[in-house]
Amino acid sequence: MIKTILTSTWTKAVVFALCLLPLAILIGRGFHGGLGANPIEFITHTTGDWTLRFLVLTLAITPLRKILHQPQLIRFRRMLGLFAFFYVCLHFSTWIGLDKFFDWTEMWKDVEKRRFITVGFAGFTLLIPLAITSTAGWIRRLGGKRWQLLHRLVYLTAILGVIHYYWLVKSDVTKPIEYAWVFGILLAWRAGDWLYTRWKRPAPRTVRNAPPPSAETA
Amino acid sequence: MLIKKRAGLTYADVTPKALYMGRRNFLLGLLATYGAVTTYKKFPGLVSAAGPSGSVPVKLDGLVQGPFSKDNINEKVTPAQDVMHYNNYYEFGTDKSDPSKNANRFVTTPWSISVEGEVKKPRTFTMDEILKLAPLEERIYRHRCVEAWSIVVPWVGYSFSVLAKLVEPTPSAKYVAFQSYFERKQMPLWRDAGIQLPYVEGLRLDEAMNPLTLLCTGMYGETLPNQDGAPVRMVIPWKYGFKSAKSIVKIRFVKDQPPTTWNIESSSEYGFYSNVNPNVDHPRWSQAKEHRLGGGFFDRPIPTLLFNGYGDQVASMYAGMDLRKYF
Repeated sequence: MIKTILTSTWTKAVVFALCLLPLAILIGRGFHGGLGANPIEFITHTTGDWTLRFLVLTLAITPLRKILHQPQLIRFRRMLGLFAFFYVCLHFSTWIGLDKFFDWTEMWKDVEKRRFITVGFAGFTLLIPLAITSTAGWIRRLGGKRWQLLHRLVYLTAILGVIHYYWLVKSDVTKPIEYAWVFGILLAWRAGDWLYTRWKRPAPRTVRNAPPPSAETA
Repeated sequence: MLIKKRAGLTYADVTPKALYMGRRNFLLGLLATYGAVTTYKKFPGLVSAAGPSGSVPVKLDGLVQGPFSKDNINEKVTPAQDVMHYNNYYEFGTDKSDPSKNANRFVTTPWSISVEGEVKKPRTFTMDEILKLAPLEERIYRHRCVEAWSIVVPWVGYSFSVLAKLVEPTPSAKYVAFQSYFERKQMPLWRDAGIQLPYVEGLRLDEAMNPLTLLCTGMYGETLPNQDGAPVRMVIPWKYGFKSAKSIVKIRFVKDQPPTTWNIESSSEYGFYSNVNPNVDHPRWSQAKEHRLGGGFFDRPIPTLLFNGYGDQVASMYAGMDLRKYF
């Protein structure tokens, strides 16, 4: 039953629509004056928040499919990851267009001088190659092993994203710390899983000779 | 630094096979706890005890129209709706929309301010007395937040010097320290604020005695709403907003420069003076420009003015001072 739902094309369409919901709500608020006194800040914070949430969802796929024994969940990982990239693009362009009004000199000064912008910018930049190489063609071209290695950059982006948030707030670090915990758990699970696998099957050769993962299982 | 510590925290312990199932439940449990905690934080009203209702702004009649009245000020007043729903009042939550939601139960009657320290006539002023010390005047001031946004507000009050003169500061009084109200029960979100409470602020005596420095009891022709610092606050228009302490309960005239909340929190970012200055950046962001709230969606940021444009009235107090050092 669950497998049928997970493998259905319809489910993918529904998840896709759900992922667009935060943007739809934001636009709806924009038309009804619901963005508050500082709409630019509201949009920046909302899109930033959703970037981190989609990173959480993306990184939750692998642990969940193993814990829940639902390998089909992998079908949603690329989409969720690309939505994280989609929201960070909105976040970044809000800063460029609405906050700084295309004042490139000032923006570059900010990237150089303000450490929270520096790490945020770095995290964003690291996602670009991942978005580009997210297609099946690129997995083939790079080879599953190398592709997987490259896409581990997302761990770094998650960490940089939390640091970006942590350095931005003035004194209330509650929300960045919450994200740090969630990412910490998701990354620690991977470390634990890796150690456990090694301990259970201490034969690295079999791993090395494993066939390259396809687009669906990578 | 912090993340590194947490990522390596537990997994050496949970990896053994006997605990493998426990790890799964642990992860799901943590997710559930996370959800529950977040829900609680979003709706603190669900659990806070019902008490007497807070004050509701009332209209103030017969306000004096002086040099800062609307006829003399060439600025568009920010809509009250924007000003009153976009607040930094960390005792009631750190999100800008928190105070207007969480401060409505705040009880501000009865209220009094204790004035003490280096003064000949220390005394306690009741709120009724404060409202009658001088005719209430409407003053439209620009208000520049250290976070690079600004508003234009028609405050109501009178110069702080009126009250100061009544208590007769002694010659050894060099600074004035202000303390805001703080009570954990009425401010259940205080723990998230991340700043030391009660909120304390301070001014040099000459700054406090400057006619621009306002003892403020209202805005937009009414008494102050709770989220804006009811029933009485300071307004110092040439300094960043956080210098203007809200809900004042104690004023002390002192010999030495008093500690101030944001300076305690981060002394490299928030100086004692904190005069609005486009040439001295906050370490984490530029202060050259500001976003004026309540404008159009595509309004450009406007240039920030030295002393928030009040240089004629205040610059002489800082003559010869290095404003980069004394930021």
